[in-house]
Amino acid sequence: MPSITKPLIPLLPLARNELGLTMQDYQGGMSTLCAGCGHDSITAALIQAFFELSLPPHMIAKLSGIGCSSKTPAYFASRAHGFNSVHGRMATIATGAGAANRELTLVGVSGDGDSLSIGLGNLAHAIRRNVNMAYLIENNGVYGLTKGQFSASADVGSRSRRGDSNLLQPVDPIMLGLSLGATFLARGFSGDKAQLVPILKAAVAHRGFALVDIISPCVQFNDHEGSTKSYRYMRDHELREIETDFIGQHEEIVGSLARDRATAVTMHDGARVQFRTVPEGYDPKDRGQVEAYLRERTGRGEIVTGLLFLDESQQDMHETALTPPNGLAQLPFSKLCPGSAELESFQDGLR
Amino acid sequence: MTAGGDGGADPPAATDVGNPAYYHRVVDCQWACPAHTNVPEYIRLIGQERYGEAYLLNRQSNVFPAILGRTCDRPCEPACRRQRVDGDPVAICRLKRVAADLRGDVAAGLPRAPDTKNGRRIACIGAGPSSLTVANDLMPLGYEVTIFERHLKPGGLMRSNIPAFRLPAPVLDEEVGVILDMGVDIRYNSPVDSLRQMLGAGFDAVFIGSGAPRGKELDLPGRGGDDPDDPHIHIGIDWLESIAFGHVTAIGERVLIIGVGNTAMDCCRSSRRLGGRDIKVMARRPRRFFKASPWELEDAEEEGVEIVVNHAPRRFVREGGRLVGVEFDVVEWDEEAAHSRVLEQVVLPCDDVILAIGQENAFPWVERDLGLEFGPGELPVVNPVTMQTSLPEVFIGGDAAFGAKNIIWAVEHGHQAAISIDNHCRQVAVEERPPLTMNLTSQKMGLQQWSYHNDYNPASRQPMRHLELSRRFQELNLEVELGFTAEATAREVQRCLNCDVQTDFDAPLCIECDACIDICPVRCLTIVAAAGLEPAQLGPLLSTPPTNPEQALFISEPLPQTGRVMVKDENLCVHCGLCAERCPTAAWDMVKFDLAIPYAGRVGIPIS
Ligand SMILES: Cc1cc2nc3c(=O)[nH]c(=O)nc-3n(C[C@H](O)[C@H](O)[C@H](O)COP(=O)(O)OP(=O)(O)OC[C@H]3O[C@@H](n4cnc5c(N)ncnc54)[C@H](O)[C@@H]3O)c2cc1C
Ligand SMILES: Cc1ncc(C[n+]2csc(CCOP(=O)(O)OP(=O)(O)O)c2C)c(N)n1
Ligand code: SF4
Ligand code: SF4
Ligand code: SF4
Ligand SMILES: [Mg+2]
Repeated sequence: MPSITKPLIPLLPLARNELGLTMQDYQGGMSTLCAGCGHDSITAALIQAFFELSLPPHMIAKLSGIGCSSKTPAYFASRAHGFNSVHGRMATIATGAGAANRELTLVGVSGDGDSLSIGLGNLAHAIRRNVNMAYLIENNGVYGLTKGQFSASADVGSRSRRGDSNLLQPVDPIMLGLSLGATFLARGFSGDKAQLVPILKAAVAHRGFALVDIISPCVQFNDHEGSTKSYRYMRDHELREIETDFIGQHEEIVGSLARDRATAVTMHDGARVQFRTVPEGYDPKDRGQVEAYLRERTGRGEIVTGLLFLDESQQDMHETALTPPNGLAQLPFSKLCPGSAELESFQDGLR
Repeated sequence: MTAGGDGGADPPAATDVGNPAYYHRVVDCQWACPAHTNVPEYIRLIGQERYGEAYLLNRQSNVFPAILGRTCDRPCEPACRRQRVDGDPVAICRLKRVAADLRGDVAAGLPRAPDTKNGRRIACIGAGPSSLTVANDLMPLGYEVTIFERHLKPGGLMRSNIPAFRLPAPVLDEEVGVILDMGVDIRYNSPVDSLRQMLGAGFDAVFIGSGAPRGKELDLPGRGGDDPDDPHIHIGIDWLESIAFGHVTAIGERVLIIGVGNTAMDCCRSSRRLGGRDIKVMARRPRRFFKASPWELEDAEEEGVEIVVNHAPRRFVREGGRLVGVEFDVVEWDEEAAHSRVLEQVVLPCDDVILAIGQENAFPWVERDLGLEFGPGELPVVNPVTMQTSLPEVFIGGDAAFGAKNIIWAVEHGHQAAISIDNHCRQVAVEERPPLTMNLTSQKMGLQQWSYHNDYNPASRQPMRHLELSRRFQELNLEVELGFTAEATAREVQRCLNCDVQTDFDAPLCIECDACIDICPVRCLTIVAAAGLEPAQLGPLLSTPPTNPEQALFISEPLPQTGRVMVKDENLCVHCGLCAERCPTAAWDMVKFDLAIPYAGRVGIPIS
């Protein structure tokens, strides 16, 4: 934790978004994470994404579980709602929050331990339900908070700081998502905000469950030689092949985007995602093809980043569950809880 | 924030922070000070209540901290980084006065002359700040310095023209005394009327510090009248001198001052103290083109002086030979005040007129056949670095060298001339200047702990206390500015951003985690893929595109993991040290930059 809080400088030229807010309005408390932790960069990327999307801070709900990653919602958007759940249960709490108030922008922040070890079941079902949220896995291959044990995302052969090799197969959240019918799958790297910020913006704008796996080195326990989640390893093995631009519905489309081999996908609200310099023939909407492509690249030891898969045609949780258009939170109490007489008659119908 | 560039080609050349000029420039105040006073260090010393050390640190470069703490032109303040941060510079000058006021006994730190002399004799003409600085620097080396002064007291314009209500005589006497008491042979009442004689008098070198002694005339119809020495039309600097030496003690009720520079300010405020009631300072141009310092204008207006713009004098109006007023053209100016149009004429009645329209150099005592070359404007030809004239043994400085400037420039000229004179006497080429060097010391005391106060303090600039208006005019010599209170001092020192504590970057250590970039409160850091780019092309790629071309961009060596470069815009950095606190590998460190300034006979001595 730094010795001082980040000062506010009066004459700093500050950009303002459509709501008239500055980047500072999306900031939170000072980080208590280790200096150099990838999670802090993701926090900065989120702040920038929220700012650029002009999200009203009080309409954001930040949800997390347990872990260094799960602590980060304290470091951004201090005017937003927040819920720090028990370990691995964030997806479930988020499902409930979304059911109760569909007007909220749900942003889940979790770790590889929180989501892929203890919380895997909860994550799987939130994907299946297509809960309308952005779900970030700040993936460092270890349990950072409990001092660096291998997590379920650690690669076979990756070495711990003490020198032991991991022997268990990793869970790859993107492959998992593909098989569970996920509708938005992306991978980023905390050390590459130019790519990460548009991905986060697209994830927030996506209607349905947007899973973003972000490689986020743990400088304390997993940034050494022999680790496959270090800054150095990522820089040597990242395949930044599928570059992404997010163009909001109202944003002006500026030059340079119309590159060769770019594929544009229009999102539900008219916003567009541009996949740039995609490999020949890559179709981000073809689940089978994406899976085959990723399998091949992973086999070669490459870590493909970018927005990898997008399907805007599926129903989200509210459409499937036929929830009222304004969310349960807006229903009058008499409707939400119709009383014992109504319950009696309902039960009668079941007898 | 990361940004793109072209692969393959080389990035722009890395900044050479080994050149002391780079970090020096970051210390805006020190860079702007002609004598390079180490401002942030003396402010920290004041903050620690080490006033004596703060005074001596000042004295090393500017020689007259108590005088300058009241009167300096303060080129440091408009340059101060704090101005770019909250709109008001640190009150650098007033803090200097605090150090002087509270310095206590500093005798042990003052220069002393050795008993054994080195056998070299130096003549200085004039006892103003430039000559006094030459003596200050040469006496401790064993030189015998003789000063020839036409007045009966030392100090030059500091004595004869800066009014005592701004600079009390005891303050002047004390600091001038320190120099003279080293055993300077000062000859009062000794106007030099022939340089030829001086050159024949057996001195090893002669320093001309005679100032710009002549006030400009305004040759308009009616100037002479019946009496060419009209006792009601005064030349500003002569008139102020007459007050200083007690020859003038009164003036008429209605006074017109022509001109609006700092001399005009002293003239109008002095008039107010000598009986003037209706005092007008007459300016040709609009206010934003005034030469007077804003704080002097403020003080004058507070004292009831009226400042009248857009009036150009036409003639002196006389009745029966007696001066009764001045006629002006009322003019209108274009945007840049380059062209004007006359609207009408007005006559303003008055009892006295004071001309304060500038000073001229005059060297009637320098024979033109000596080989001392003169250039345009009656100014001698002088090397601006060495202060040497075309006669190898004659040096010059202060207002005599380049026309009227100010005390701090006179001091700096004196320092440089002293180095040259010392070289000259030791038969070393005067062009051989001792180098400026630097010391860099890490300020790290522990994890997230610094030996300077790195937190940003939002305090606003502290106001100066002034003597009540009603008391100011009772006596001519009452000092108007009362100095800072202890509370104001404590607040003001915290406004300093410690610009000398530099962000020092070690590229091979950087793992490009972005921690520094994310934490920086002014977003002045960027890691850029800069291959094939020129420094000038970096701007648009930075987290905050630079807006101040006066300030440097730091460019690192290529970073080990990606070959990108770290770029820092020095413009807005508040030296908070957060980048260094958040860096996991200590690629950033906060190091104190200590400029070692050489003086005659001494290589640069860093203070810490
Ligand atoms: C009204 C007024 C107010 C000012 N206020 C300020 C201020 O607030 N702050 C500031 O920084 N600057 C101020 N200045 C400017 C500042 O005083 C001068 O720039 C500075 O004093 C110049 O120093 P100097 O050593 O060149 O010579 P001077 O101070 O001009 O001293 C020259 C000395 O040489 C003597 N002399 C001249 N000719 C001869 C000769 N032939 N023989 C012997 N002796 C001779 C003179 O009597 C005088 O004592 C002011 C100037 C004026 C006119
Ligand atoms: C029910 C429960 N089991 C175990 C723990 C101990 N625990 C705390 S954090 C953590 C792992 C967090 O790992 P991850 O989600 O990857 O977060 P990181 O710290 O790496 O960001 C564990 C096992 C706990 N807090 N609660
Ligand atoms: S232990 Fe690892 S994950 Fe946790 S804060 Fe430190 S670097 Fe980040
Ligand atoms: S010291 Fe570092 S963090 Fe602070 S303003 Fe300067 S560059 Fe930014
Ligand atoms: S914090 Fe240190 S290691 Fe990280 S990018 Fe900045 S300088 Fe490099
Ligand atoms: Mg983890």
